[in-house]
Amino acid sequence: MSTLSVHDHGVAHHDHDHEHHHNESFWTKYIFSQDHKMIARQFLITGIVMAVIAMILSILFRIQLAYPEKSFPLMETLLGRFAPGGRLDTNFYLSLVTIHGTIMVFFVLTAGLSGTFSNLLIPYQLGARDMASPFMNMLSYWLFFVASVIMMASFFVEKGPAGPGWTIYPPLSALPKAMPGSGMGMTLWLISMTLFVASQLMGGINYVSTILNMRTKGMDLWKMPLTIWAFFLTAILGILAFPVLVAGVVLLIFDRSFGTSFYLSDIVIQGQVMPMEGGSPILFQHLFWFLGHPEVYIVIMPALGISSEVIATNSRKPIFGYHAMVYSLIGITVLSFIVWGHHMFVTGMNPFLGGVFMITTLIIAVPSAVKTFNYLATLWRGNIQFTPAMLFAIGLVSFFISGGITGIFLGNAALDINLHDTYFVVAHFHLVMGSAAIFGMLAGVYHWFPKMFGRMMDEKLGYLHFWLTFIGAYLVFFPMHFMGLDGVPRRYYSFTEIESLKQWVSVNTFITWAAIFAALAQVAFLFNFFYSIFFGKKAPQNPWNSTTLEWTTPVEHIHGNWPGEIPTVYRWPYDYSKPGHDEDFIPQTVSFSQTLSSNLPHDFEDHASHDNHEWVNTQKSNEEVK
Amino acid sequence: MAFKHLINYKKFLSLSAMLLLLGTNLVMAQAASSNSTATDTGNTSAQTAGMWTSVGYYTLLFVVICIAVAIIGKIFKVYDLTLQMQGKKGVNWNNVMATCFIIFLGAGLIGVYYSFSVQGSMIIGDAVSVHGKTLDSMFWTTFGITFVVFLITQILLFGFVFKYKGSDKRKAYYYPHNNTIEKIWTVAPAIVLTVLVVFGFLTWRKITNTVDAKGEPASLNIDVTGHQFAWELRYPGADGKLGKKNYKLVNGTNKLGVSYDDKNSFDDLQADTLVIPVNKSVRLNILAQDVIHSVYMPNFRVQINAVPGLPTYFKFTPTATTAEMRNKLDQPDFNYHLYCNKICGGSHYNMQKLVLVVTEAEYQQWLSQQKPYLTDQLKKELKLAENPLYKQTVLQTRLASIN
Repeated sequence: MSTLSVHDHGVAHHDHDHEHHHNESFWTKYIFSQDHKMIARQFLITGIVMAVIAMILSILFRIQLAYPEKSFPLMETLLGRFAPGGRLDTNFYLSLVTIHGTIMVFFVLTAGLSGTFSNLLIPYQLGARDMASPFMNMLSYWLFFVASVIMMASFFVEKGPAGPGWTIYPPLSALPKAMPGSGMGMTLWLISMTLFVASQLMGGINYVSTILNMRTKGMDLWKMPLTIWAFFLTAILGILAFPVLVAGVVLLIFDRSFGTSFYLSDIVIQGQVMPMEGGSPILFQHLFWFLGHPEVYIVIMPALGISSEVIATNSRKPIFGYHAMVYSLIGITVLSFIVWGHHMFVTGMNPFLGGVFMITTLIIAVPSAVKTFNYLATLWRGNIQFTPAMLFAIGLVSFFISGGITGIFLGNAALDINLHDTYFVVAHFHLVMGSAAIFGMLAGVYHWFPKMFGRMMDEKLGYLHFWLTFIGAYLVFFPMHFMGLDGVPRRYYSFTEIESLKQWVSVNTFITWAAIFAALAQVAFLFNFFYSIFFGKKAPQNPWNSTTLEWTTPVEHIHGNWPGEIPTVYRWPYDYSKPGHDEDFIPQTVSFSQTLSSNLPHDFEDHASHDNHEWVNTQKSNEEVK
Repeated sequence: MAFKHLINYKKFLSLSAMLLLLGTNLVMAQAASSNSTATDTGNTSAQTAGMWTSVGYYTLLFVVICIAVAIIGKIFKVYDLTLQMQGKKGVNWNNVMATCFIIFLGAGLIGVYYSFSVQGSMIIGDAVSVHGKTLDSMFWTTFGITFVVFLITQILLFGFVFKYKGSDKRKAYYYPHNNTIEKIWTVAPAIVLTVLVVFGFLTWRKITNTVDAKGEPASLNIDVTGHQFAWELRYPGADGKLGKKNYKLVNGTNKLGVSYDDKNSFDDLQADTLVIPVNKSVRLNILAQDVIHSVYMPNFRVQINAVPGLPTYFKFTPTATTAEMRNKLDQPDFNYHLYCNKICGGSHYNMQKLVLVVTEAEYQQWLSQQKPYLTDQLKKELKLAENPLYKQTVLQTRLASIN
């Protein structure tokens, strides 16, 4: 019922709007746009800019790790007081690490990834004219933009940006005396994150309401592409988890500025006894990780959704176990709320609680494993088309395996004792959520670039970009496992002070060069991306022979997406290479009555109405007779 | 036409080669001269000039590489088009990419082998604590299982990618689901994980049980306090008990804020090095004063955060002395260390403490040389001479020693 009425509304809206949408001004079209396609592009380009910044930050601190004793005059020229004598300041090193993590996790892989593809694909793949609330959608982008600007502005305050790590554990982050990075920079960090969360909530509420209310006729939940399932569950995770971060952040602001002691107790700093009593630093960690752990799934689930779609399309095969894929996403969503304590095994949290979190953590490995196996089964006996998007999706699966497996070590409280906060952790999450999610995002960019900009990206440059990045990422992160197994702590400014760590300087040099190599490879992407926006080959309507709805819209963007009525959906999104059909894909808009030669009982298993039941039964009895 | 292009490219290539050679010479010369100037006069303007030369050189180098890539790309395109013009099939990129993947798999496996043999040999040795040995065996079991899974899945992934590369002649196999297979690969990892969880849980409970059980010999209590950027140690005196602390009492002479309302405090000792007897249970009582730190001793598989306001503990039993380890590893300068492993400020990377594991006799001898925490100055400050509790305790100890 609701689907129908919204559908009608959409049509009316569109008709009404036809007279207006040609005389949009530059401001309403490109800056304060309320169109989901434009907002998606705004998110993407801001995300890419932030990613490049965060990548440059990482190269700066990698240089410090590779050449701890060497002075680089260029550093001083670029960074001034943050690199006196051409060597990074120890506190600024921590600031770089902090801002690199914050930008990558929140601004690139949350806003850049979910923001871009949820906005682009939810209306397109569900058959909606736009988001449920276009105005809120616009606000969501602009809050994100302001948050990004504030985060970057913290580089220009006297004591530099926030420095207590992206997890900003108090008391370090609460006491400006404890480090320069806990001063003004930290205040800006907190303001920026609060705005960021507001942006995410507006976006998330929009995604959920659009998915629940604005699907086109025939698009029931079990006919939604896995991308949409992933965005849907991601948005729910965000809506439930982000407010807890805000609560934690607001209490921290109180502790910093208004003399409360939620997180502080028994503190003596620089010989001075502080008056705070009764707070608990562990409380902040609970609040932080209650968001923090769902956050890593907020990062990876959209990437998994995108890769499901890309792998199915380019293997020319239905995704294996569509239902299992959805249920494992749901399983991950639910379980991700009860595993946060595995970040806190050795923080002084009650060890019995640690044991419980260990059990829930290892349970969450099961749906993740199922997803991996299903990807492999989808590739099996496929007819794989190696588009750049497909390469990145395959890369994602490889990273997801490599990084996921080390999670079994870290999720085990007993083994975590010696691995906690070492480079093993760094290697683990950079593979499983860093590289894998970035690869999902890049797969999405290559796949939907024709939809976003109406032009094609250069394929060969895409190949080059993939191989350099894929090899580079493994060269960077694989050796880090061994550093962790040697007990090398993360966030160390240099390894030269401790005898047993000195042996790793040579490995660090290697990693740094691999990182520089991989970073330079991104130039291939950036050039390809920005060049193709203006000068790329004009895209055909359905360049990848895909079944989903977005490819039924015209290449030229129009307000309301479809020129006439919104198409009706008849089938699930994965009818690739169906036996009995002449082409190797059947779009969702093709009804079963047009494809009598290829219909299967499987097509009617989900929503077996009375007629279908009969049809399925006759089919089955026919087969028995054979 | 393509031939003509190639001639141009050749010219271009030789030009760029010349540029590279000249540039390298230039930069080398610059580096040498800037080194010499830096040593004697520290001429900054020359250094800056040298810096910009090398920056310019590397930028130019990168641009040249980009141009080279672009040229190679164009050559490919021309080659591809010529093939198509002659009515042959162009380059089959599906095949090229599939081959790349299988090469990557091969090279990757060699890389993994190399990494395990070279970097794998650099990792920390066997645990030198009782609970650490259990952890090690659990680690290797987990490693065995996961490494097999890692190999199989990666080989299948790249194998499938290679084998089922796209072709116009074939259609993919329509295979939407198979509930039996899916059930198997849901249940199988679940079983394996259950086994790991059960072992992990039991071991974890045992390790984190820091209370000495009945009949068990009492652990040696050592007080470890972290602050920016050092660790302070306090050993119990003859009574074997540590006195209470209160952060409000911290000042210049009483750095840890030891409370002298507790008679156990009077004979506590201070130490610079964490010296512990071998094969004896040691219980570290851990606290931080300012921000969170973390006591991390990878050789003993010990780690627990030091949190302000929340005392934490770790109990372990070292199994080899420093001297034994030096012999075993054939490293005369080997030492155990305690690092800080929770970001705590600018000098986090250098917040370490030397740890010495010694025999019981050596330990007793060392302990007898340690100074009391209660210094004369502190006694004066606290006016202990008039304190009845102090007088009574001193008297009792004296009586005990006479008896």
